[in-house]
Amino acid sequence: MNAPVKTPEERQAELQGMGDSRLRKEDARFIQGKGQYCDDIKLPGMLHMDIVRSPIAHGRIKNIKKDDALAIPGVHAVLTADDLKPLNLHWMPTLAGDVAAVLADEKVHFQMQEVAIVIADDRYIAADGVEAVEVEYEELPVVMDPYAALEADAPVLREDLAGKNEGAHGPREHHNHIFTWEAGDKSAADDVFASAPVTVSQHMLYPRVHPCPLETCGCVASFDPIKGELTTWMTSQAPHVVRTVVSMLSGVPESKVRIISPDIGGGFGNKVGVYPGYVCAIVSSIVLGKPVKWSEDRIENISSTAFARDYHMDGHLAATEDGKILGLKVDVVADHGAFDACADPTKFPAGLFHICSGSYDISAAHCSVKGVYTNKAPGGVAYRCSFRVTEAVYLIERMVDVLAQKLDIDKAEIRRKNLIRKDQFPYTSPFGFEYDSGDYHTALEKVLDAVDYKALRAEQQEKRNDPNSPTLMGIGLVTFTEVVGAGPTKMCDILGVGMFDSCEIRIHPTGSAIARMGTITQGQGHQTTYAQIIASELGIPSEVIQIEEGDTSTAPYGLGTYGSRSTPVAGAAIAMAARKIHAKAKKIAAHLLEVSESDLDWEIDRFKVRGNEDQFKTMADIAFAAYQQPPEGLEPGLEAVHYYDPPNFTYPFGIYLCVVDIDKGTGESSIRRFYALDDCGTRINPMIIDGQIHGGLTEGFAVAMGQQMPFDEQGNLLGNTLMDYFLPTAVETPAWETDYTVTPSPHHPIGAKGVAESPHVGSIPTFTSAVVDAFAHLGVSHIDMPHTSYRIWKKLKEEGVQL
Amino acid sequence: MIPPSFEYHRPSTVEEAVGLLSSLGSEAKILAGGHSLLPMMKLRFAMPEHLVDINRISELSGVSVVGDNITIGAMTTENAVIADPILNEKVPLLPEAAKLIADPQVRNRGTIGGDIAHGDPANDHPALALACDAVMTVVGPAGARQIPASEFFLGTYWTALNDDDILTAITVKAFPDGAGYSYRKLKRKTGDWATAACAVVVALSGGKVSHIRITLTNLGPTAIRAHDAEAVLSGQAVTDELIKHAAEKAMAICDPAEDLRGDVEYKTAMAGQMVQRAIAEALSRAN
Repeated sequence: MNAPVKTPEERQAELQGMGDSRLRKEDARFIQGKGQYCDDIKLPGMLHMDIVRSPIAHGRIKNIKKDDALAIPGVHAVLTADDLKPLNLHWMPTLAGDVAAVLADEKVHFQMQEVAIVIADDRYIAADGVEAVEVEYEELPVVMDPYAALEADAPVLREDLAGKNEGAHGPREHHNHIFTWEAGDKSAADDVFASAPVTVSQHMLYPRVHPCPLETCGCVASFDPIKGELTTWMTSQAPHVVRTVVSMLSGVPESKVRIISPDIGGGFGNKVGVYPGYVCAIVSSIVLGKPVKWSEDRIENISSTAFARDYHMDGHLAATEDGKILGLKVDVVADHGAFDACADPTKFPAGLFHICSGSYDISAAHCSVKGVYTNKAPGGVAYRCSFRVTEAVYLIERMVDVLAQKLDIDKAEIRRKNLIRKDQFPYTSPFGFEYDSGDYHTALEKVLDAVDYKALRAEQQEKRNDPNSPTLMGIGLVTFTEVVGAGPTKMCDILGVGMFDSCEIRIHPTGSAIARMGTITQGQGHQTTYAQIIASELGIPSEVIQIEEGDTSTAPYGLGTYGSRSTPVAGAAIAMAARKIHAKAKKIAAHLLEVSESDLDWEIDRFKVRGNEDQFKTMADIAFAAYQQPPEGLEPGLEAVHYYDPPNFTYPFGIYLCVVDIDKGTGESSIRRFYALDDCGTRINPMIIDGQIHGGLTEGFAVAMGQQMPFDEQGNLLGNTLMDYFLPTAVETPAWETDYTVTPSPHHPIGAKGVAESPHVGSIPTFTSAVVDAFAHLGVSHIDMPHTSYRIWKKLKEEGVQL
Repeated sequence: MIPPSFEYHRPSTVEEAVGLLSSLGSEAKILAGGHSLLPMMKLRFAMPEHLVDINRISELSGVSVVGDNITIGAMTTENAVIADPILNEKVPLLPEAAKLIADPQVRNRGTIGGDIAHGDPANDHPALALACDAVMTVVGPAGARQIPASEFFLGTYWTALNDDDILTAITVKAFPDGAGYSYRKLKRKTGDWATAACAVVVALSGGKVSHIRITLTNLGPTAIRAHDAEAVLSGQAVTDELIKHAAEKAMAICDPAEDLRGDVEYKTAMAGQMVQRAIAEALSRAN
């Protein structure tokens, strides 16, 4: 008896292809505690490294006394910058064209800077060794404020740069100045401002925050002195780039360097760069010929690894009296800390900050970003955002609100008036970005209808009219555009390597498949979603498609996962590689069915002979044939590699609305409602998209409501534990409402735009918009983050409305 | 985040534990739930040479009733306090407030006795003990003695305990019939200590206040009982005006330390808010 014939719908469902909310392949191991993270790696004879760190933010090292530490049984070595000097490894290049100290060379530049390392038999002895190293410092004046850093008589922070008046990004005007970067047309913007009927200006601080992934950074470096091979397991979002850097630094040929990113417990930009800890562990392993593990603790992670933001911004808008925006000007002072270690494409020292004209049709715009050294840790990474896009979106969304308030126009209405219209796409922004697609007005109206915006405004008015109301009510609205998928190699590179990405797919004879990628998942669910793209392209069920990433010895070269680039770039590489296979499969099918290729139609999982429904070959049939009896002139096998160089960025967008109630007694804010509509183009796995959005909104909530890194004037970081640094739990996290529209990217093979970072980028200004709105009737047009109860209470008091 | 080496002792009786403390001297520390001590050791702020782990002394855990007295073993965990039927019936303030301490993992290990004996004004049980007129049972080399809560908290990290004493039990009386209670705690997030917190126990007779306790957490060097605030309400039919007045009296004795949670002005103002809200809630529950 024949098996029942499956309907096309059943076959489609079995694939679990694009659009299917298949469960995450990763979760089975994670929820059972079976993940394998760096710190789970244990090798025979492995030694442990711990780091001596500076207690002060600026000082000269007078003396380092190692004897007591070396006398501890089980301590193998204590290394300082002087020990690394002969290898020329005491300084290392940064991704931003600067150098950073691996171990402090004569001076320390920030609190918790790496000064020496101790290698010992176990983690406990290493910690005792660190305690026993005595370092004598001569304290120097500390510079924490980037504006003060630029004063003529400010202390010289980077003595190693003395006489270097030309930096990686142009002339340096001052000893603490790194670069000044500009985009747009200054004279056109100046002209618009000179004649505009209305102008508004606002200074705002986007505070220094830290991505704070749940897993801190670490590595296990294992150099085999016999083979001359270096294998390093590392918490890296970009293992191939690290391999290139390690080869350049160590002199070990790239073919003998293997970087493995195992399971990664979140990255959020924090795990893009190369940290001194990695370099020291690798050097130690090469010197000692034994594996060396380094795992930082939470305080070290927050204090010394890459921060995000720290942008001091001045925004200016010019407009007509009825609220049509004419021009935008932005000036930023960017606090980069002690070394310029921003992780941006080489040509863009301020990342893609020039997306700051946002979703609005503005004819003239200019921005200028000035990078400055201070006595803080280096970094400046894209914390769950594309490069500096969070800062840009915050700036423009705040400015539009400020303008609306000045003109007494509702913040929804002013957006209607200025949003780029659907018929304007592809739209070239005044900064030269070519927005691929969008339908902002439709999305805006969908959100306003969903929350009954008019009723919310009426309720707010009632509360404002009642002096006895125990709460203030605020409504935040943001209509943002992201720019992700870095990026086209003509514009974007890291250390000279173009920001393409790659995929290699092999179809096995029995019709299952493996795909290897240049990216690395850190929670994004690549093992789940990448398989879905292949399933839809090739008609192979997702369940039998294995995805491998993170091992440079097996994966094709890729630039890694950050900046929402995995789907826009690597996802495209998958589709393109799959299409190469599809093309070959069609030849094989034609051969097997004894027809010409032009007689074949593709349907879900098979090629059918047109007009003869019963004659078909499934992809599984074809796979077997590819290894058994390929047509003459066709080589056996069924596999393909594709390196995808995107023609453009993608431009996801969203409309977010937030309702906040503020307790007039305590300053506590309660997010009553948060409605997030995202348009990320084609949706691969709606469940994972929802999860990504929930996570991004939660991190956005954290930044907006409490994540500022607090320093005192001496450069001490006061909140470097999770007692003080705000990571919201389920208790604090608001309930999120999500929605979507679908505007595919016209240039992406499957129309997908990337989604993980939109909710972070978009939500942060939404929270500020809501909090400020609660005070708007009192004439308040901006309040800097974080919106902690304490800071809000002070504002309530200042405005005389506290209970 | 790695402590230096230490010796670990695990006595099985109170006598054995007191003996260890007597012989080891001030270099020994008692390990109860460990949620204050171990973080300090990991940061090497505290470096005791000996830890005396009293988790295996079974007589120190659990709740018992003898006559009017409800005795809570010092090693009763916060989660056991939350779940205990006797406490929920007779002293419901304690389980309700314990739910606001830290997070579930901490409450699985953290103990009522450890919370009290640490002498940290940021801990919640000291103010709760004052609100419940608790009496501490302390065992030292010379035997057991009783210390009322009002005489127990001497300063920050400073209590009436000697180095070789163990706090073994906390004894409270059941609340008066119809008493209302409340613990209002303002904190930045789950797991944090209070920015300001206030415990209130109130009983009414003929519509007037017949019993009142108002105590404060993290608003001075120790937990504080706000006697003047209590006096404002005592014997009165409470009005909103009186509640405000009581809050002002409570604020007047606050002496909080400035930290990232806020400055003195903010914390004092928050004390006023918590006092008002706790009184109002306690009254709403009293009958």
